[in-house]
Amino acid sequence: MRRAIVYLIPFTWLLVLFLVPFLIVFKISLSDVALARPPYTPQLDLSQGLSGILDFVRELDFENFIFLTTDSLYWKAYLSSLKIAAVSTFLTLLVGYPMAYAMARAREDWRPTLLMLIILPFWTSFLIRVYSWMGILGTEGYLNQLLLWLGIVSTPLQILNTNWAVYIGIVYTYLPFMILPIYSQLDRLDGALLEAAEDLGCSRASAFWLVTFPLSRPGVIAGCFLVFIPTLGEFVIPSLLGGSSTLMIGKVLWEEFFSNRDWPVASAVAVVLLIILIIPIILFQKNQQKQAEAEA
Amino acid sequence: MRTYLLTATAIVALGTSAAMAEEVRVYNWSDYIDESLLEKFQQETGINLIYDVFDSNEVLETKMLAGGSGYDVVVPTGSFLERQIQAGAFQKLDMSKLPNIGNMWDEVSERTATYDPGNEYSINYMWGTTGIGANEAKVKEVLGDDAPLDSLDLVFNPANMEKLASCGVYFLDAPTEMIPAALKYIGEDPNSHDPDVIAKVEPVLAAVRPYVAKFNSSEYINGLANGEICVAFGWSGDILQARDRAAEADNGVEIVYNAPKEGALMWFDQMAIPVDAPNPDGALKFLNFIMDPENMAAASNYVYYANGNKASQEFLIEDVIGDPAVYPDEATMANLYTVTAYDPKVQRTVTRMWTKIKSGT
Repeated sequence: MRRAIVYLIPFTWLLVLFLVPFLIVFKISLSDVALARPPYTPQLDLSQGLSGILDFVRELDFENFIFLTTDSLYWKAYLSSLKIAAVSTFLTLLVGYPMAYAMARAREDWRPTLLMLIILPFWTSFLIRVYSWMGILGTEGYLNQLLLWLGIVSTPLQILNTNWAVYIGIVYTYLPFMILPIYSQLDRLDGALLEAAEDLGCSRASAFWLVTFPLSRPGVIAGCFLVFIPTLGEFVIPSLLGGSSTLMIGKVLWEEFFSNRDWPVASAVAVVLLIILIIPIILFQKNQQKQAEAEA
Repeated sequence: MRTYLLTATAIVALGTSAAMAEEVRVYNWSDYIDESLLEKFQQETGINLIYDVFDSNEVLETKMLAGGSGYDVVVPTGSFLERQIQAGAFQKLDMSKLPNIGNMWDEVSERTATYDPGNEYSINYMWGTTGIGANEAKVKEVLGDDAPLDSLDLVFNPANMEKLASCGVYFLDAPTEMIPAALKYIGEDPNSHDPDVIAKVEPVLAAVRPYVAKFNSSEYINGLANGEICVAFGWSGDILQARDRAAEADNGVEIVYNAPKEGALMWFDQMAIPVDAPNPDGALKFLNFIMDPENMAAASNYVYYANGNKASQEFLIEDVIGDPAVYPDEATMANLYTVTAYDPKVQRTVTRMWTKIKSGT
């Protein structure tokens, strides 16, 4: 009985906050745009009983999904988002891993302070932090003023409104999501293992690649997922820091929803995005399970 | 219209009436009212006023179409209002409860009737034009003293834009504003709904696209004011606000606004009551309060936009009523044009073309 309740809570959570909203979005993606409130048709009319539901279902079709294949905009936007998400995840890992490593190797009494410093920026609004990057990266911004003063460049660099600014914004914003899981793995690392590696003739570098890194892999993978998944659908950072040529699916989705007022197509775009995200996650989990079974 | 904060929704709840007191919820453009008016309304009527702000018609429209927004008064622009009326989003105004309606200006009411036939659903709040804001000194430095500051040639001629790119140009990220202007530039009907005619502006916009630093509908106020950009194609009052911010900052930046001599788009922000407004009576009281000449004049004197209230004109300061950038002279007025809402199919073509121009895809 108690076990049933333990299972019930997460399942109810998933049902109410994931499956039901998803089905609503999926239902809208099968309808047609209309000048009405809400702006799509058909509407489910439960007062008509069963015949109402049947009429409703008969009018649904996959037209909007077919439409997505007729215009190159959509797959180009998906591809471009995948690329931006992959590059930013890699860059975040590149910056985040050494930071997590240094934190895990720091003196024990410093660690809570260092951890605090990583979490501290979260106490300021995300929007304000992205805004301040606009002040830093602009042609009249602090970065360019510094570079000009140092004589490194003679004309201001155009960073704001390019993909570079998007990468900087994403790496900055999502860095804690990469650092924290890696740190929690490295923190638990048994120092005796490294001593053993050195006793057996490993150099420090090869001990890192043979012992430390493999043991921190679950943290690296968790961090990469935590960065990659939200970045793929990111809207705020590219629209504030990116240029008009930065093509991301979040912006396409916004345009379908707000500019075209085409909720059905917008929903279809969202459903496809979800499928793109879910497939690699399932494949990854299957792989993990296999590995776990093989090890056991 | 308009602000420098993206989708910021500042909630200004004023007054300290009892918990059960009557409430009116107003959803207006940001930086678009003299806030002392909100206090005054509460004192005069005893109604608790809750004032929220938005910065894009699209966001407002989505709330209206979704329904249940909880607002009693909203302020869409004409062509958006037109479509939302068709979708059944608003209720007809009870004119018997609006004694101040006689103050409205027929010059404006005739034009707003294009969107709201008979002006049955809305009253005009403010109106303005879409045109060119320029940092005069910088533009002349780049293009010479005869730079066409008051002509569409400045922003749609690639030869000019190529040179201006060095000091920064922003365009509105609003195809419903930019495409009519480009149509005007090539001598077509700016209000054309014919996809073949609209398609003619694609090469025009694509040719200047490489020289546009950003398409954005609110950041140009700050951009112009702090000297980051030298030209913006934007809304009149916003550019005038940039002019004032630069003057206040005393940073040596001087901004001028010009409605293009070829003709400028004239837009109207209309106050309307959603069909599911919780307190339509309170909403009518608010509309009537706004139509009081002194109140309307206070709002215009504060935000530098013209209003549709004839009786308010005697209370306007000279900086507003005497500035042809706010109240255009008759010659300019005759040269202004209006546009109507696209149907969904044309809208999709327009949005798609806009994405293609912006991103090259």
